[in-house]
Amino acid sequence: MSTAPRLTALDAVHRALGATMTDFAGWDMPLRYGSERDEHNAVRTKAGLFDLSHMGEITVTGPQAADFLNYALVGDLAGVGVGRARYTMICREDGGILDDLIVYRLQEQEYMVVANASNAQIVLEALTERAAGFDADVRDDRDAYALLAIQGPESPGILKALTDADLDGLKYYAGLPGTVAGVPALIARTGYTGEDGFELFVEPRHAEKLWQALTEAGAPAGLIPCGLSCRDTLRLEAGMPLYGHELRTDLTPFDAGLGRVVKFEKGDDFVGRDALAAAAERAATKPPRKLAGLVARGRRVPRAGMAVVADGTVIGEVTSGAPSPTLGKPIAIAYVDAEHAAPGTEGVGVDIRGTHEPYDVVALPFYKRQK
Amino acid sequence: MSNPQQLRYSKEHEWLSAAEDGVSTVGITEHAANALGDVVYVQLPEVGDTVTAGETCGELESTKSVSDLYSPVTGEVVEANQDVVDDPSLVNTAPFEGGWLFKVRVAEEPKDLLSADEYTEFSGA
Repeated sequence: MSTAPRLTALDAVHRALGATMTDFAGWDMPLRYGSERDEHNAVRTKAGLFDLSHMGEITVTGPQAADFLNYALVGDLAGVGVGRARYTMICREDGGILDDLIVYRLQEQEYMVVANASNAQIVLEALTERAAGFDADVRDDRDAYALLAIQGPESPGILKALTDADLDGLKYYAGLPGTVAGVPALIARTGYTGEDGFELFVEPRHAEKLWQALTEAGAPAGLIPCGLSCRDTLRLEAGMPLYGHELRTDLTPFDAGLGRVVKFEKGDDFVGRDALAAAAERAATKPPRKLAGLVARGRRVPRAGMAVVADGTVIGEVTSGAPSPTLGKPIAIAYVDAEHAAPGTEGVGVDIRGTHEPYDVVALPFYKRQK
Repeated sequence: MSNPQQLRYSKEHEWLSAAEDGVSTVGITEHAANALGDVVYVQLPEVGDTVTAGETCGELESTKSVSDLYSPVTGEVVEANQDVVDDPSLVNTAPFEGGWLFKVRVAEEPKDLLSADEYTEFSGA
């Protein structure tokens, strides 16, 4: 296996901007361009521009595309209207989460599945295998798209200047084909920051032109390029799970507090159904651990893997942690024993290199935008 | 980025000022601050603590990681920079000036501290 990292269509742009690059799931991606706190705050208050071309696009077409996805995934994709999108998951037969996905219904018989970069190959293989017996085709479109995201309260105004598409009519979790800055794009109102914003899927050869147009149109409104570092703190504040942290193969969607994505009522058989029914029952009656939000009383930062403690006993584990620019305090998401997971529970701490630092248990998310 | 000529440097990316009345100032280099990203928390040694060259004496937390702070010399801490405790971003904005970390009465210096030019070559910055 080659160890050379993959480069996005915007690689030269990132280097010209002096980005600090990082390896992410085999891709060389911008971690930050300047201060990650400034980038975070730009998305919360103005706008930020991201290169997310590492995400894995898989196209599903055919007369039975909807039936197939209802079998392969836990959600009801047949019930998604053309032009709409759905957050869903793909699970193993034992209910374990293989990945979380956004699925766009582009046509009656065409869907685009967007997988995490780290899981794209696994998802592609699972979908291909599960498609047997269905009149549906699974196509690897990872190289067919570059993905740019413009996120933040100013993003609708910035994008409007560059497109004739009806953005006002484009609801959250909807997507429509259009033209942005003369470039054909799938314009989706989705994101991973907790703010309003758009994700633009374009051919890689158009990526640089689109990036420059968005940069120029957005600069007066305060748009700046943003790296993966602030994307992580933005999603963490918004309480959004990250695969490999809150979501893992040894957990079901119910363990992660996301049982609502599993649609038993869709009727069809689907992969993992029996195991997930049992997981739903377990989560409702005697959950072992629950996802909880933690806010530091002090200033030391919790990190993934650190133990959550109470009375000197380990009661959980941090899955994501960072200094929160919006709250001005360190925050964490953790799996915590159910009896300690309720907001307001006293006496909970995080073991930070041997010292039990006091933390408040809070409800997720840490941050919710005003609409 | 340029590393001030009048300072000396450790391979753990700390800088050390020339001693005045036996007291030197310690901070981290701009190269180190850039590599860390936004510093959000610093834990410094306390006044009266003895620090030892090459050993940890505190920590620096950034958005992505935590790093140990190493002392470039052996001696007794005579002052910790409260400004940088209150506003850790000084480490990023003024690593060689307002972002200094602590002052130490030097008892012993290691032999392998680097000059500015040597450190520039060592760090590639």
